[in-house]
Amino acid sequence: MAHYLLSVHGPVERSEFGDYGSKEEMEAAFAATGAFNDQLRADGYWVFGGGLEPATTATVVDGQGEKPVMTDGPYLETKEAIGGFWVVEAPDLDVALRLAAEGSQACRGKVEVRPFEGLA
Amino acid sequence: MHPEAAAVERVFREEYGRLIASLVRRFGDIDVAEEAAGEALVAALEKWPSSGVPPNPGGWLTVTAGNRAIDRIRREKQRDAKHQAAFMDHDDTPHEPTGPVEDDRLRLLFTCCHPALDPEARIALTLRLLGGLTVAEIAQAFLVPETTMAQRITRAKKKIAAARVPYRVPAAADLPERLGGVLAVLFLVFNEGYLATGDGDPVRTELTAEAVRLTRILRQLLPDEPEVAGLLGLLVLTDARRAARVRSGQLVPLHEQDRAGWDRSLIAEGHGLVRQCLAVDRPGRYQILAAINAVHTDAPNAGDTDWSQVVALYDQLARLDPSPIVALNRAVAVAELDGPDVALALVDRLPLAGYHAWHAARADLLRRLGRSGEAKQEYDAAVAATQNSAERAYLTRKRDELV
Repeated sequence: MAHYLLSVHGPVERSEFGDYGSKEEMEAAFAATGAFNDQLRADGYWVFGGGLEPATTATVVDGQGEKPVMTDGPYLETKEAIGGFWVVEAPDLDVALRLAAEGSQACRGKVEVRPFEGLA
Repeated sequence: MHPEAAAVERVFREEYGRLIASLVRRFGDIDVAEEAAGEALVAALEKWPSSGVPPNPGGWLTVTAGNRAIDRIRREKQRDAKHQAAFMDHDDTPHEPTGPVEDDRLRLLFTCCHPALDPEARIALTLRLLGGLTVAEIAQAFLVPETTMAQRITRAKKKIAAARVPYRVPAAADLPERLGGVLAVLFLVFNEGYLATGDGDPVRTELTAEAVRLTRILRQLLPDEPEVAGLLGLLVLTDARRAARVRSGQLVPLHEQDRAGWDRSLIAEGHGLVRQCLAVDRPGRYQILAAINAVHTDAPNAGDTDWSQVVALYDQLARLDPSPIVALNRAVAVAELDGPDVALALVDRLPLAGYHAWHAARADLLRRLGRSGEAKQEYDAAVAATQNSAERAYLTRKRDELV
């Protein structure tokens, strides 16, 4: 079995309904994502997952020097950023891609699939 | 090259796809397979010139390469714990049937044509791993520097290993979706064999044969997919004309070919496939191309060709695929129906400068219109745009016949 990071990408600037156009859309996406999460657990693919606070809440820490240096904001200044992710365990890429397609449909965002080199 | 060494290289190339596919299935790793195949070639070059080519060279290469791969895995196991973990997965049991058809090359084909890989890398990998072409040859076919092509292939192989692209024929539910990419690659492999891009052999029968063979297996796997039948029909109807297509090192165009030299059994097979497609009535690109070739191979002489049917089929194809290449082929057929002046007006509009077939078509139309000076220039441009020796020889002859 291999592990894959399924990361959801969306705009950094969020409306009052997150990445969604309206309250109804947001609620529908949350419900679909919840159902998808339940299915991942039931099918044994689930390792970990969750939605993230906006990228503007991020802090970059550089601990390579004598004292750690803090910088407010995300590491990359981009218009789009990771909004949430799953870590799944799957036998091969075809399964991971199928899960990503289902997850993308549920949360209404594009999903990047990236294999782990290994797990610590 | 020494004649014996050349013979060994030829056998090796013929066996390459089968050898690699069986090693990949057995060891689950493309790099291990390629390295072991390379070592088997070195062993063959040492041994065969004195001992002679063994009765079953493919079997000899498979056994030798398999032993070399096992040696390498043992060495890596001792050296590198990480590799040890990776090789724990390797599968040295005889493979189990995955579906209606089991074939190592078919599995590897679906891996090479995986939708997660870059489209250009899919073709390159298929030509490298199943066609046995060198990286240099593939680079030449794509008109990119060899280092660029080497990087593209290396990157794709790394992704297959790291992301675990599976070596298997997709499940029945996923097959139709995965099929388009595989058909496109098989068609391109056939075309590279039928009119080789490089300046080596003008026709690479190992590639045409491999494309036909893999398409036949797909046809067994998916008997109800009309586009598979269409591609097989297209390939066999094209391949049927192969023997008549090159004479004294020169390409012979369709209307000048000796039709007695066409392979009648392949033509009968192709016509049968086209009839089956018509009965299913779900037309697609390859079925239409097969039907066009059925019209050509139906005519006892070039003059008997039903050009209105050919043009009607190209009209249908252009609706599905409005590409300039389709428009160029349609225009060539229009020339037979409405005259070279009408066709030239169509051809001149197409953004295909630099494409050898566009220059060759213009040259032919200008020649037929008596515009010799311009025709000569176009023949020169066509010659400059192709490295295929038979095509160059034909175009040069046509140019030199002009006064």
